[in-house]
Amino acid sequence: MSKGSPISPSLMAHKTGPARSVQTKSKDAAFSVNPAEAMDTRVQGPNNVVPPTEMTGSQAIVRALEELGVEDVFGLPGGAILPTYDPLMDSTKLRHILVRHEQGAGHAAEGYAMVTGRAGVCIATSGPGATNLVTAIADAHMDSVPMVAITGQVNSSVIGSDAFQEADIVGITMPITKHSFLVTNADEIPRILAEAFHIATSGRPGPVLVDITKDAQQGKTTFSWPPKIDLPGYRTVVRGHSKQVREAARLIAASQRPVFYVGGGVLKADASAELLELAEAVGAPVVTTLMARGVFPDSHAQHMGMPGMHGSVSAVTALQQSDLLITLGARFDDRVTGVLSSFAPGAKVIHADIDPAEISKNRTADVPIVGSVKEIIPELTEAVRSQFESTGTPELGAWWSVLNRLKETYPTGWTEPEDGHVAPQQVIKRIGELTGPEGVYVAGVGQHQMWSAQFINYERPRAWLNSGGLGTMGYSVPAAMGAKVGNPDRVVWAIDGDGCFQMTNQELATCLINNIPIKVAIINNSSLGMVRQWQTLFYESRYSNTDLNTGHDTVRVPDFVKLADAYGCVGLRCEREEDIDATIEKALSINDRPVVIDFVVSRDSMVWPMVPSGVSNDLIQIARNMTPTWEEED
Amino acid sequence: MARHTLSVLVEDVPGVLTRVASLFARRAFNINSLAVGPSEVAGLSRITVVVEAEGDLLEQVTKQLNKLVNVIKIVELVPESSVQRDHILVKVRADAATRLQVTQAAELFRASVVDVSTDSLIVEATGTADKLNALLSVLEPFGIREIVQSGTLAVGRGAKSMSDRALRSA
Repeated sequence: MSKGSPISPSLMAHKTGPARSVQTKSKDAAFSVNPAEAMDTRVQGPNNVVPPTEMTGSQAIVRALEELGVEDVFGLPGGAILPTYDPLMDSTKLRHILVRHEQGAGHAAEGYAMVTGRAGVCIATSGPGATNLVTAIADAHMDSVPMVAITGQVNSSVIGSDAFQEADIVGITMPITKHSFLVTNADEIPRILAEAFHIATSGRPGPVLVDITKDAQQGKTTFSWPPKIDLPGYRTVVRGHSKQVREAARLIAASQRPVFYVGGGVLKADASAELLELAEAVGAPVVTTLMARGVFPDSHAQHMGMPGMHGSVSAVTALQQSDLLITLGARFDDRVTGVLSSFAPGAKVIHADIDPAEISKNRTADVPIVGSVKEIIPELTEAVRSQFESTGTPELGAWWSVLNRLKETYPTGWTEPEDGHVAPQQVIKRIGELTGPEGVYVAGVGQHQMWSAQFINYERPRAWLNSGGLGTMGYSVPAAMGAKVGNPDRVVWAIDGDGCFQMTNQELATCLINNIPIKVAIINNSSLGMVRQWQTLFYESRYSNTDLNTGHDTVRVPDFVKLADAYGCVGLRCEREEDIDATIEKALSINDRPVVIDFVVSRDSMVWPMVPSGVSNDLIQIARNMTPTWEEED
Repeated sequence: MARHTLSVLVEDVPGVLTRVASLFARRAFNINSLAVGPSEVAGLSRITVVVEAEGDLLEQVTKQLNKLVNVIKIVELVPESSVQRDHILVKVRADAATRLQVTQAAELFRASVVDVSTDSLIVEATGTADKLNALLSVLEPFGIREIVQSGTLAVGRGAKSMSDRALRSA
């Protein structure tokens, strides 16, 4: 690690560089929960007053969703949820999108939630319908995505008898939901649905499952609105402790090597504007985690990139050499910290998070602040300003010299493949450049995901969606579908791998039939690329079961262009570097149908930089067996 | 590892015990004992759970429990300021020759004999885990046929009630 001797303070000027895009607060997120209101138990939606009205439980479900302001739901019917699908057909306020697999409904709800800030809704029947939602629920749980999953359940009289299509979905999902309900009485439906949305969207968001028995759906009830939310055990602290905020400001003023370690919580709280103000007031470098890409503009001079296993040298090093981590809505995930005991060894830690259980879970916080970063960040900005007034603005010139040298010396990049095939990174980079920051980019999981995080510039929050915590292959296509429903006016790219795409591409049918024109870029390296990379690096290039036979010089099963054609989509194939731009442009020009592009790329490209598993972040490699030079000083 | 006694006030709804127990399992926390029953407030149950955990881990246990929507309140009850009791039923071999010795042994521990048959009797006792262990070791030579033991029950000393404070803040 660098000895970090002080250099010219003139580099300080770089910290407020000119090249950052204007933050346009998009209307997309306007419906997200106002953290200031998270404590109150008002029902979400317009709060219309509905006088007592006789109806069935099923009608109550549909009516409650309407009153909650829900507009789009994703689902697939079956026996135990059939009663609800009947009144759903008559609803003029709810658009139900019929998926081809319940997992698709779950990920679509996630994608919808991620771009809108509102809870995504998915509906499935009992048993296999419900279990097919499990992966998406677990995914939403790991990435704190607000989601309400409604499942049918067998009649309450036969629960426990191994009835047809019975599964204890409340039990199955207990460890992967924020909360869950089993509803056996129609009278409970409005209140429980209101509570489910309240829990899913407030505090640290997450998935809530509402399992409703068939007899509850068929039973008579008296519907009235709004119901009274009654959750005595559910409390969310929103405001940070002001003494802690002042202590944080004191540490910031005393720090010589501070870093903002920014996680997905800042996105969930819609606190990008607040973060920008704080970051510029402090003048410290900012790293945005995989879940927070775009929360702080990539083009901003203070942005150091993404930290973690495949993070940039500048971001990883900024954390490692820091003396103060200003942690906002991040959770010290192992993919960020590497070996925990060697992570940022010289740093004190300010940790602001709405979930008290995240504080000191992995890394002990010196200054814990529990609350919404939406509230905490502006208070901290104010506290920092008054602290700077009394004790002076900290001198960060030496720190910036070190970091700017790293940022300039080790920009994220790639080496051209030697096999003559297209570099996957180039494809992804051009998709980002030709589409621009107003697009939405939804990745699957693997190499293409990391390259999409690295080589697309994110200038606004909610432009980047991926499965971060769970790492769910197959997330991309259905999540992109949900994102396109939530943001119909934006270009939505599913940047997928040939492996991932084969897990959930049936939703192309849903996209076509429902006029959801997403664009799918399959980064086709004919293999389970990330696993193959690990086999190259750590298993002596023994490629056990990672060859998918979809790429160049293979049988091409399936042929992605033909597959796209079979689904009524436009299928394109690009195999040469000189065709990349034209192919992307063509895809961008087609907006009446989904487009699927088979980008045939080199299978030997690897994701760099990389911190090998089980070692300190100090051992980051910029290419195979190449570590940055730390000692160089000018 | 140190033992800690947590008193957890929960909503009396289906599945609440599963939620608490499965949380311990999936976070790899060790439960020593668990006791559940109704509390003084209708609709609320009280779970007494004894866990083995060091300081940081105990804090995680508490925080994770607090995140459960049905959990109203958690307090740690330390031995110095709380009353903690286990309850035990022991079926001991005892014929005409040994019956008197067994009942005398039980009396020494203020345990009572609650069932007698020709060749066995059932001893009932309440006390701290240490006391009950001592009782068992005294009864052991006679031949223990069955042991049924409750989880630890615990309540804070003094006039304050856990539910008072919990409901006010809720």
